[in-house]
Amino acid sequence: MALPKEYDDLPGTVVFDADQARLGYHLNMFCMSLMKPENRAAFKADERAYLDRWPMTEDQKLSVLKRDWNGMLQVGGNIYFTSKIAATDGLSFQQIAAMMTGSTQEQYAQMMLKGGRSPDGNRSKSEWKNRG
Amino acid sequence: MARIIAGVATSHIPAVGAAWDNGKTGEPYWQPVFKGFERSKEWIAKMKPDVCIVVYNDHASAFSLEIIPTFAIGCAAEFAIADEGWGPRPVPPVKGYPELASHIVQSVVLDEFDLTIVNKMDVDHGLTVPLTLMFGKPREWPCPVIPISVNVVVYPVPTGNRCYMLGKAIRKAVESFDKDLRVVIFGTGGMSHQLQGPRAGLINREFDTRFLDNLTRDPRALAKISHFEYLRETGSEGIEMVMWLIMRGALDDEVKEVHRFYHVPASNTALGHIILENTRQ
Repeated sequence: MALPKEYDDLPGTVVFDADQARLGYHLNMFCMSLMKPENRAAFKADERAYLDRWPMTEDQKLSVLKRDWNGMLQVGGNIYFTSKIAATDGLSFQQIAAMMTGSTQEQYAQMMLKGGRSPDGNRSKSEWKNRG
Repeated sequence: MARIIAGVATSHIPAVGAAWDNGKTGEPYWQPVFKGFERSKEWIAKMKPDVCIVVYNDHASAFSLEIIPTFAIGCAAEFAIADEGWGPRPVPPVKGYPELASHIVQSVVLDEFDLTIVNKMDVDHGLTVPLTLMFGKPREWPCPVIPISVNVVVYPVPTGNRCYMLGKAIRKAVESFDKDLRVVIFGTGGMSHQLQGPRAGLINREFDTRFLDNLTRDPRALAKISHFEYLRETGSEGIEMVMWLIMRGALDDEVKEVHRFYHVPASNTALGHIILENTRQ
């Protein structure tokens, strides 16, 4: 029997739980490999060929090729690992955070300077349903 | 007898370490952050701990996803600084205290907390940023450090209550060590932050303030906070605050708050910091 996951109701959030960690193992280990400069160079030279060295699903590979930062999380990626792709691309953590929220870096930085995103209105998927 | 004399909690935001390393501490964005630790540096210089136990989490540096220990203790004589993809931080290597670390293992495992023994472990920003904030930039760290690493990356992380009780077991272990040592314990990470997904940037000042208040007023209430409450109220990474409860559990029931600092934003995060002293010194 599957255990209930109360946190599935959190909007805009993928909790990296043991099940996601199982699905994303190879995706995350690929990300981990980018900590070595020679691997970063090989990835940059031919992304598809480098990804094909890893037993990842096609969905996982496509999410990386498209730099679909939210998509990577859906298919088992963890932000501490996927941010290593961002580092390879020369992007800062705040830049990919902005991309994941669908705002510009400037808008995101301003939101943080104003105290961040309030939990009000951001506690349940039902609260996001009627947003524009 | 060794004694735990105080606890320090602080966020361990990597951008804070990078700002320090790149000489940006005087920039308007970072200046208030480092100002919040000036008193802390004076305090710890006066306290002169013989050893610090630092509770932190590894961020895909030493452990990747191949092995994910819920609780691990560094028993080595020295811990190298991890290369997190930008080269290791330019800080001294961390000297351990193997005799006390193995003594803690001997005691705590029999108290039913199964710490994983780690004899080779590079330490990342989770451990080194708090050292920088408290000790500045010494040629070497002023005392040995025992790293205790907690899994807060793969959910479910250990419960707040279990962390609190582990703190108590660590205290008991320290107090049965045969040498007169003054020990300061650090809890790191937090406070509210979410780094991922469309909800990234979540900050909850009210929750964080209540959490800081209850470290002295009602730590048992903090130990009862559920995982879902952390995730919902403090963002997916705010759950790191369970590590503060290991620190809190290791102190007296009654403690004195000697310093507090809270600042938003530091990068994507609410930076929180508190110093608690045991009243019996």
